Amino acid sequence: MKTTYLLFKYLAILLWSSFVALPFLWALTTSFKTANGVTGGATYIPWLQYKPSLEGWKVLVRTGGQGIDIVAPYISSAVVTLSASLISLALGTLAAYGLSRFRFRLGFVKNSDITFFFISQRIMPPIVLAIPFFLMLQFLGLLDSIAGLILVYVALLLPIATWVMVDFFNNVPPQVDEMAMIDGCNPIGAFVRVILPNSLPGIAVAGLFCLIFGWNDFFFAFTLTFTKTQLLPVAVVALNSSVTPWWSLSASALVSVAPLVIIAFFVERFLSSGNMAGAIR
Amino acid sequence: MLKLKYKHFFLLPGLIVLVAIIIFPLLFTVRVSFSSWDVVKPGLDWLGGKNYVRLFHDLRFWEALSRLSMMAVGSVLIQYMLGFALALLVWRDVILKRFVRVLFLVPMMTTPVIMSVIWRTILHESLGPANDIVRLFGFEPLTWLSTGGMSMISVILVEVWQWTPFMFLLLLAGLLSLPNEPYMAAAIDGAGPVRTFFSVTFPLMAPISIGAILIRLIEASKLMETVYVLTSGGPGTATETSSYYIYIRGLRDYQIGYAASLSLIYLVIMIISLTIIAKVLTYKIARD
Repeated sequence: MKTTYLLFKYLAILLWSSFVALPFLWALTTSFKTANGVTGGATYIPWLQYKPSLEGWKVLVRTGGQGIDIVAPYISSAVVTLSASLISLALGTLAAYGLSRFRFRLGFVKNSDITFFFISQRIMPPIVLAIPFFLMLQFLGLLDSIAGLILVYVALLLPIATWVMVDFFNNVPPQVDEMAMIDGCNPIGAFVRVILPNSLPGIAVAGLFCLIFGWNDFFFAFTLTFTKTQLLPVAVVALNSSVTPWWSLSASALVSVAPLVIIAFFVERFLSSGNMAGAIR
Repeated sequence: MLKLKYKHFFLLPGLIVLVAIIIFPLLFTVRVSFSSWDVVKPGLDWLGGKNYVRLFHDLRFWEALSRLSMMAVGSVLIQYMLGFALALLVWRDVILKRFVRVLFLVPMMTTPVIMSVIWRTILHESLGPANDIVRLFGFEPLTWLSTGGMSMISVILVEVWQWTPFMFLLLLAGLLSLPNEPYMAAAIDGAGPVRTFFSVTFPLMAPISIGAILIRLIEASKLMETVYVLTSGGPGTATETSSYYIYIRGLRDYQIGYAASLSLIYLVIMIISLTIIAKVLTYKIARD
């Protein structure tokens, strides 16, 4: 009984792991192919089934007419994601602390309503905002620019940062701030000197979520840019057509998802601790 | 008075930014939806409710909506069951625990559109490995992306690959925070593993299950990127979702006014149905 269960368990784990790994392994092997390795049907093992070549990887960094320019979108993506994440974290942490520690009232609007307002922005389908964003950025002259994208991404990430941080601050006992204020700090001083240094785990989780949603967004990057500015997902998807060589497509896909996959291995301990459970209760 | 100033220092910057970036554009959309703004005549004229009347008779919009509901609910339920099963598998001791957990999490860290591009090569009917695997089990090759029913299944397959990890993450976190006592009590009563699951684990996990399902439903109701890359809504309109249809009307045909009214109705329907689902689910556990 016990052995059957264990056998079944590891078989299931193996099966799901293969499913998870399939696109990565396929992309990896495809990235070393040339036309011969692709057009004859699916091949898997280099040397045995096809002759491996580095061509798919070389065109990524080759500049000029014959390469696919992936370096500039990579930098743009990093700049947009990091700036929007930092702005959202700063504004979100402040707002979350306010919502968690002070009582706000404006007519019938209470703290819980304001918190819900922040969170509810996640319900908004991107397409609903895409058209007004398009017109707004056009009006501001920020269409097709890094600054315009940062502005839009802040709207995307701020609700996430606020949500995670409200939950985090609600679990920090208010006595901590009271102690600091007794020691002669005003609320802002208490926040900066005592609360903030003790909130790094929460900020790390919020920051991680900002990075994931920022780096992986496609829709706004796609609808709000044309030629001058291009973010990474847009650049890779632009390669997605029947004439595209699969090898350079695979190589660019792998380098695009690599940063967050690497981060995943470092933050696993963070994510699969019990902390997350509190956030959605 | 002084305290008032401090608390506003914390809340207002974020609140003002969010209101400015989201609420004003949204109000503007409401205004645009009453205009005939299109590629020929861009600008705010007054059309009255004509866009809304047209939308009511737009069969393609309602079909996209029902298709979206099917795909969203179907894929989220599959994600929930698989995610729960996987969380139970690695909850207690497992060889290579850390490695297995990270591996199970990895898909949700990857860019959906980029992985969809890779999936499109996998599902390629003659050059991809998907049909190789199908043949390995002795079946006829499948028309992954070229027939209506199959292409819908392909979209769901990719969604399941991408987002089951999210369910897994939340449910594993829930399992790890469960108290120990009910399990000891169940063991003393001599309950077997199946019995323990249905009378201890599952009820204790109900709140977190509902939270996880709701979050995923909210995200799945926006479904469009996977569709855009895998099938472009095709073949025909077989996988066209609401977001994708509005995208075509608004940013490809440039019928801004009409698309604005479509997107507002879509938003209202989503808010109402998600609220109903949330109420029904929480009512169920409140009663039990």
